[in-house]
Amino acid sequence: MAVVLPIVLPLITATIGLLVRRRVRVQRAIGVGGALALVPVALWLLFRVLHSGPQTVHMGGWPPGFAIAFTADVLSALLVAVTAVVAACGAVYSMGQIDSRRIAFSYFPLFHILVMGVCGAFLTGDVFNLFVWFEVMLIASFVLLAMGGERLQMAGAIKYVAINLISSAVFLVAVGILYAVCHSLSMAELPARLAIIADSNPSLVVAMAALFAVSFAIKAGLFPVFSWLPASYHTPPAAVAAVFAGLLTKVGVYAFLRMFASVFPPLDPVFAAILVVAGATMLAGVLGAVGQGDVRRILGFHIISQIGYIVLGVGLVGAADPQVRQFAVTAAVFYTIHHILVKTNLYFVAGAIETLAGTGRLTRLGRLAQHAPLLAVLFLIPALSLAGIPPLSGFWAKLATLKAVLAAGYPLLAAAALVAGLLTLVSMMKIWNSAFWQAPPAPARIRGTARLSPKLIGPMVVLAALTVFIGLFPGLLFAWAEQAAVELISAGMPGPLDANMASGTTEGGVM
Amino acid sequence: MFFVFAVAVGVLFAAGVFLMLRPSVIRLVIGLVLMSHGANLLIFVAGGLRRGTPAIVADGALSPPAGYADPIPQALVLTAIVIGFAVVAFAAVLVKRVCRVMGTDELDRMREEVA
Repeated sequence: MAVVLPIVLPLITATIGLLVRRRVRVQRAIGVGGALALVPVALWLLFRVLHSGPQTVHMGGWPPGFAIAFTADVLSALLVAVTAVVAACGAVYSMGQIDSRRIAFSYFPLFHILVMGVCGAFLTGDVFNLFVWFEVMLIASFVLLAMGGERLQMAGAIKYVAINLISSAVFLVAVGILYAVCHSLSMAELPARLAIIADSNPSLVVAMAALFAVSFAIKAGLFPVFSWLPASYHTPPAAVAAVFAGLLTKVGVYAFLRMFASVFPPLDPVFAAILVVAGATMLAGVLGAVGQGDVRRILGFHIISQIGYIVLGVGLVGAADPQVRQFAVTAAVFYTIHHILVKTNLYFVAGAIETLAGTGRLTRLGRLAQHAPLLAVLFLIPALSLAGIPPLSGFWAKLATLKAVLAAGYPLLAAAALVAGLLTLVSMMKIWNSAFWQAPPAPARIRGTARLSPKLIGPMVVLAALTVFIGLFPGLLFAWAEQAAVELISAGMPGPLDANMASGTTEGGVM
Repeated sequence: MFFVFAVAVGVLFAAGVFLMLRPSVIRLVIGLVLMSHGANLLIFVAGGLRRGTPAIVADGALSPPAGYADPIPQALVLTAIVIGFAVVAFAAVLVKRVCRVMGTDELDRMREEVA
């Protein structure tokens, strides 16, 4: 039960919310209450997985192979826990920011369906159901993105919808071919079957891996196919953009981790390509940010660059040394968790800046540090963490990634990562200087701190505190990330290591 | 028969990509529809094209007859069609709204007006 509860709870919340669609106050209460309730549920799942190994539920009590399987290993449980935290913060922030017209238009039910899709994608044990959860998440995100119907939103939404539908079609083709070849779509059975096929017909496996990689690359926002992200993420309200920025691209990253660190056997051409793409993504993201003059647009480009760092870890799964492999995946998992918290927080800050000053354009902002000192601190923590300044979470994430890259023997990629890190710092300082420090060029229309309600400040404080906590005590999260990496890699290698996975409990859920 | 289906999938994808490269957003949506049909057809073919051997276990037998038609891709394709239907319905509404708000159905002109 613990495994499916993070999916069932948002579904219940969304359903109740739809029943009281027009009553804005009730909607707010249910939306926020449901999101807050998800946190203990997700933490309970994480606790159970950490203490008694991976949990699998076969729905309806059908035997494995016939039932719909949900599996929570440490990676899934960790990501679900972070999703719950982000969803709770996002719901509280929405309460302070989303207008009642949007709420009456079922904003909160859609928000919870989005969360359900994200949790489902993290917990499913079947490649086709991964597709289904992707679609659940996407449909909710389509409506959240277009809701309100402003001109700018429409232009962003059409690009977002089109590119995501293309990605889904590619994903579907990949799933079809995978089934035709392997006669299974279960993530537990696929590694062994793919390993056999890779021996006899490696090019077929490479072709399938390439199809999956293209589809996930679009969803994660990797190098040649990222332009939809900066074109759409600055258009919806900041609460929506923050949750999108934190979670949606990370579902693509999770799919990368799951499929390439565990399901597909390490094949040289695939992983070499992923490494090249990851390097290009890091640089393309930061360079794209240089020319931007709007806070949220700058942040959008930095999502791309950070995704590059994470995928670098996935690419190193092709490394020959098993220790490097494990360390790289550990770094990728750590980086993902850190990035979800930090990026969501930065979008929250961007939303607060827009609330205070009425604009996110850097040329029209200034002296916010004087008017809103707390907001300035709340910007600096995630911004410096994003750039990788010690002792914040981003420093350890970058350090681990760099160590893995150097250990695998790619000094050029390490150099690219350092350059991207430096440019991130430059970008963050640009926002700091223009928005918080220097005098505004035109007479400012700052309305003072009184306008920032605790509903906006609270979520930012929580996320900033988590960033600082991870920065000061990285060992705890690192140990969990390492456990996640060991499970992921051992699942992909049938053999003595496999016993670890099999020792996990299996329960038959009756739903 | 397999060859015919392979060509059909290819044609659907080619037509879909062609339509997506046109400037009009309405053609973009039609292109997406064709492409998702191509993907659905591909999954259907992936299950194997067999007739007359349903996956039903006969009385007394323990497994379905040899060479039975695999029911899983058919279940998958049904799910995919339903999802595709919902997504296309949403995309059609979105395009209608975009055309009305922007006063044009050409993607390039939308960019000019937003900037």
